[in-house]
Amino acid sequence: MGLDIRLPIGGLFTVLGLLLAGYGLVSEKALYERSLGINVNLGWGLVMLIFGVIMIVLGRRRTGNGEIRRSQVTQQRPDSSNH
Amino acid sequence: MNLTTIDWIIMLVYFIFVLGIGFLLKRKVKTSTDFFLAGRAIPAWVCGLAFISANLGAQEVIGMAASGAKYGIATSHFYWIGAIPAMVFVGIFMMPFYYGSRARSVPEYLRLRFDEKTRGLNAISFAIMTVFSSGISMYAMARLIQTLHILDAPFRRMSFPPQWIFDVSILFSALVVLAYILLGGLSSAIYNEVLQFFLIVAGFLPLVWLGLKNVGGWHGLTERLPRAYTHSWAGMSNPNTNPLGVEWFGLVMGLGFVLSFGYWCTDFLVVQRAMAADSMSAARRTPLIAAIPKMFFPFLVILPGLIAIALPTQLLPVASTAAAQSVPSAGEGLIPAKMDETGRPRLDQNGKPVLDYDLAIPNMLLHYFPTGILGLGLTALLASFMSGMAGNVTAFNTVWTYDIYQSYIRPNASDAHYLFMGRLATVFGIALSIMAAYAATRFNNIMDMLQLVFAFVNAPLFATFLLGMFWKRATGHGAFSGLVSGTTAAALHHGLTLSAGAAPGIKGAWLGSVLHVYPSEMAQNFWTAIWAWTTCFVVTILVSLMTRPRDEKDLVGLVHSLTARPSEENVPWFKRPAILGALVLAMTLLLNLVFW
Repeated sequence: MGLDIRLPIGGLFTVLGLLLAGYGLVSEKALYERSLGINVNLGWGLVMLIFGVIMIVLGRRRTGNGEIRRSQVTQQRPDSSNH
Repeated sequence: MNLTTIDWIIMLVYFIFVLGIGFLLKRKVKTSTDFFLAGRAIPAWVCGLAFISANLGAQEVIGMAASGAKYGIATSHFYWIGAIPAMVFVGIFMMPFYYGSRARSVPEYLRLRFDEKTRGLNAISFAIMTVFSSGISMYAMARLIQTLHILDAPFRRMSFPPQWIFDVSILFSALVVLAYILLGGLSSAIYNEVLQFFLIVAGFLPLVWLGLKNVGGWHGLTERLPRAYTHSWAGMSNPNTNPLGVEWFGLVMGLGFVLSFGYWCTDFLVVQRAMAADSMSAARRTPLIAAIPKMFFPFLVILPGLIAIALPTQLLPVASTAAAQSVPSAGEGLIPAKMDETGRPRLDQNGKPVLDYDLAIPNMLLHYFPTGILGLGLTALLASFMSGMAGNVTAFNTVWTYDIYQSYIRPNASDAHYLFMGRLATVFGIALSIMAAYAATRFNNIMDMLQLVFAFVNAPLFATFLLGMFWKRATGHGAFSGLVSGTTAAALHHGLTLSAGAAPGIKGAWLGSVLHVYPSEMAQNFWTAIWAWTTCFVVTILVSLMTRPRDEKDLVGLVHSLTARPSEENVPWFKRPAILGALVLAMTLLLNLVFW
């Protein structure tokens, strides 16, 4: 598989995290009555953002065992256009 | 339901990623192996997450919270007695034969081990079941979108008639799943399942956190609820003293042994995820890795149900089928009563309102989540429906193409032809699911209905696999007659018994007489499974002993005693299946003790 799964996961969480946290910053306080007064958009958005960035970093470093093995294999074969 | 722009953007972003994965993987699909088995090139942890995510469909997210609200923490038996031991067993003992035999599907293993008719029976019943399950997922999702009035406002704005909401929801979810499977095949389904897994966790974790904070933590929950709701083994010595209405033996044997092993060890929907792994060792680790997040799922999917029932009954603009807002609800906590046509709560035989437990999760989302994160929660809910659907569709297209089409309709065609057939099967599989969705029935608890279907078809299956893999004397005639008589026994048992308070018909006793009345529907289902399994086990042995055994040399790689153990010399200890399995079981035991 040429695509490291952590990249799309990281991408999705980064985008969603930014959206939520950004919305949390601009939204009114009254909105958070139902969530016990906690700005869950900001808080959880930041958590998702951090998770997303970590996944992207891990995915780009290709530290997973499976990926190392396969990327080595593809490097040995110059005709492969996987990367 | 007040969705704002931010909620719609979140949903849109999710769908862009889902389809994007399909497009990115499209160029990898060149052969039928790429399409049906993901080229057998997926790392273990990815397969592991897909393994549980494929099962994380409607029946799990909605059904488990519903059961949590109905039965309490005892629902966790579906995990801690049910799923986990079975997942450990399939990883350690069965995967060597599934993966090692190079079978491309579970029915194909049956053909290699037994004979054509056993495969045919399994393939056809399995194909029907997947279409049915994926139809239920679709139906449940469309109903939920309708009930929560998610699409009402946009429909009004575009002046579409609101009756179309159900149809549009079904069509839209079908098209999304169709698109990404057609593009990337099993890899695309697996990648999306992993994505959905993380999204479901991200959507429900803050919900559980807020809910627990609100009721004063686990301790607060135990004070608000009856004792049996927060102690999973309370009153299990007698069916009349616990909420499930089943005694420990029926629970451990029926749910733990027969049903769960039948599902997790033989259902191609989940086994297919492990078969896509990049090596034997990765395939064996797949269910074991999956078991670790799986054992914590009760906190994610059952706890919301407990919290929903523990909260004070409130006047909320909660979802109810009657569109009236803030009616003094006859429900309990956040769970509304089911309404009849006149808008009054439906009552059971004791005059108590019948609760619509399936709304536990949706109402929790609406109760705690402000706009923004509400979009995330709803997206997670949609994701769970889609992963359930996609799992079924990918299993269906493989079994159809390899086990039915290639075997009985057109053998010896080119690989490109089977790849084409797989794509075609995806299209008509989804079309059949849509039909099943429209035919879907009016059960309160989705879980109960699926359990019933699984009991008839799946319960005897595990006996067949157990004997096939561990007793070299078992024969094809034995396996086939065992399966047929096991399923017949299930149907007979269900047709001659009833659960307390149920009317004869779909709930049992449809053969005219009632031989036994069980204290609960669940007990009846578990015992149906036990009867089916035992009948299959005994009949398979008897018929096998009367028929001619197969040559031992034909069974190498298919039966335990004739197969070399997979070498573990170069595998570090933390990757060895036996050690991982023991670890998983120890943790599960601990969880059982903590919530005793």
